Amino acid sequence: MADVITYREAVSEGIAREMRRDRSVVCLGEDIGAAGGVFKTTAGLFAEFGGERVWDTPISEQAIVGMAMGAAMTGIRPVAEIMFSDFLACCWDYLANEIPKMRYMTGGQVTVPLVVRTANGGGLGFGAQHSQSVENWALAVPGLKIVAPSNPSDVIGLMAAAIRSDDPVLFFEHKGLMASKGEAPPAEHLVPLGQAAVAREGGDVTVVALASTVPLALAAADRLAADGIGVEVIDLRCLVPLDMATVLASLGKTSRLLIVEENPYQGGWGGTVAAIVADEGFELLDAPVRRVASECVPLPFADALEDEVIPTTAKVIAALRTLLAY
Amino acid sequence: MTADLGVSIAPDVLLGLFEQMAVIRGTEKAAHDLFLAGLVKGTTHLAAGHEAVAVGASAALRPDDYVFATYRGHHHAMARGATPAECLGELMSKGTGLNKAKGGSMHLTKASASMLGSYAIVGAHLPIAAGAAWSARLRGTGQVAVAFFGDGATNIGAFHEALNLAAVWSLPVLFICENNLYMEYTPIGSVTAVEHPAADRAPAYRLPSQVIDGNDVVVVAQTVGLAAERARAGEGPTVIEAMTYRHFGHSRTDPATYRPDGELDEWLTRDPLDVARARLAGLGVPAEDVDAAARRAAATVADAVEAAKAAPGPDPAEAFRDVWQDGGAAWRT
Ligand SMILES: Cc1ncc(C[n+]2csc(CCOP(=O)(O)OP(=O)(O)O)c2C)c(N)n1
Ligand SMILES: [Mg+2]
Repeated sequence: MADVITYREAVSEGIAREMRRDRSVVCLGEDIGAAGGVFKTTAGLFAEFGGERVWDTPISEQAIVGMAMGAAMTGIRPVAEIMFSDFLACCWDYLANEIPKMRYMTGGQVTVPLVVRTANGGGLGFGAQHSQSVENWALAVPGLKIVAPSNPSDVIGLMAAAIRSDDPVLFFEHKGLMASKGEAPPAEHLVPLGQAAVAREGGDVTVVALASTVPLALAAADRLAADGIGVEVIDLRCLVPLDMATVLASLGKTSRLLIVEENPYQGGWGGTVAAIVADEGFELLDAPVRRVASECVPLPFADALEDEVIPTTAKVIAALRTLLAY
Repeated sequence: MTADLGVSIAPDVLLGLFEQMAVIRGTEKAAHDLFLAGLVKGTTHLAAGHEAVAVGASAALRPDDYVFATYRGHHHAMARGATPAECLGELMSKGTGLNKAKGGSMHLTKASASMLGSYAIVGAHLPIAAGAAWSARLRGTGQVAVAFFGDGATNIGAFHEALNLAAVWSLPVLFICENNLYMEYTPIGSVTAVEHPAADRAPAYRLPSQVIDGNDVVVVAQTVGLAAERARAGEGPTVIEAMTYRHFGHSRTDPATYRPDGELDEWLTRDPLDVARARLAGLGVPAEDVDAAARRAAATVADAVEAAKAAPGPDPAEAFRDVWQDGGAAWRT
């Protein structure tokens, strides 16, 4: 394998590594077989593992996720693909009412070890029904683990942890990152769920980011470094488990917090992070907590309009400058 | 409706099925009384009247076949081996309850007996059952999965998605509709374009279907037995629509005034327990033996009520157990 790998290739590589080591890992979804998926994130799986491990389904989101649940309850580790995360709304019953509650409400009798993967996020001009960042939908439901990697190495390491997890995992693959490149991790690379990464160290301000907003934060940090400002960038990697220990430890150093999230400000995950900081890290702060999130409108189509709505490097830089001037 | 399929059932086996049905009936009546006495909170959807569907199907299945039920599922839990004491304990919020008092009446589950849950979102479990059948096929175990559901579930998308995919993949799954003529308060016939809401849809998915007398435990056992054999042989799913009737209202607060005069009485003349009694008489089983089985069932239920009443409540710490597989509930560091 090449030393450099794209985010897109990392998805199929991550799944393939787990399928090689565990025969009970089986994939299902729309157009994921010989076609390799609409984002080509399952390319090569059908050729390597065949139709008994990689199943093309009809356009039946409820059946895809519902069947994955039934299979997970009975000895299979399904990896189900929902083509665009917007379509999770079509099978939300399974993610809100069935999968996350099964173990609890049966008093621990049943476990549901499955992964639902989905292409999330905007920036590609797909319009309001194919561009949303919906990780906050999942955060509203206790009982789901939520993963959203920002780079190819993490895609592979977190995919391994997600597929091996005995708990249900919702795995967000960001559409805007698919073509991004990174180092290919060694065999057996595994990133445990719930461990944030310090993507860049700095002493003046902390930026907490996830998936697509990590590269935005890193670009902003580069620009501010030219002015001698040290920006620490934390890549949360997961929303559940949420690694607040790493966030609070960073604030102990910087005393300033900016949260950058692609889901809308209203109900966005940054609200939860800010609330915990207010509860448990108030004494650490020298300035109000700021959030750069998507504006609270449906995502518009034109690039010029979409840029108005979703976080951009310019918005992150502007927010950082205001925060540092406080 | 199909008549007797001509497969014989031994008198002692039938007597056992009668006793199981009597235990379920007694437990449902006890649940009703305990509710009125204030000892069961929330809601209950009693299955009195539906016993033959659960007991007949269960008798035809392998112990490791998977069963998925609805919120009206006490009969399925008990038919698969949950004890009346465990079920009543759950209804009465006791630590000894089947689901450790974390599910309640609508979610009875006995996974150790492959009874994989009772689901309270109408129709949701049909794809889940299909998934268990897919899993059985992938693992090559020869197991069959069965989804029991109401007539009302046939108008929700999950029903259609499940039937189509199960048909296309030829999965070992049985779709058994307990058609009791009503959803909550509205007759199914007034909101459905076909006469038989499950069976009449099956041909659209190229699935075989049958409408049967769901109050005759022998007919149910025979029909399910043949369908399970087909499924195990790789011949795919079957849709079975079992006609039956609930003796109580939809749920605990429902006096069922929407039912036309005489309808309940008419169905009570075809009470599944009486149908089984008539069959037992026809097989030459003495009435005393049947009465003795009924008395044993009543004693089982009475003991279960006492055991459930005497059981302790749940440990408060249970509220924070078993969100995750590690037994805990931690969502952050
Ligand atoms: C998706 C969904 N919609 C509505 C309800 C509310 N509800 C609970 S039971 C019920 C009637 C279901 O009727 P049927 O499927 O015939 O089952 P029965 O109660 O007669 O056994 C309704 C509407 C629900 N639980 N789930
Ligand atoms: Mg009904």
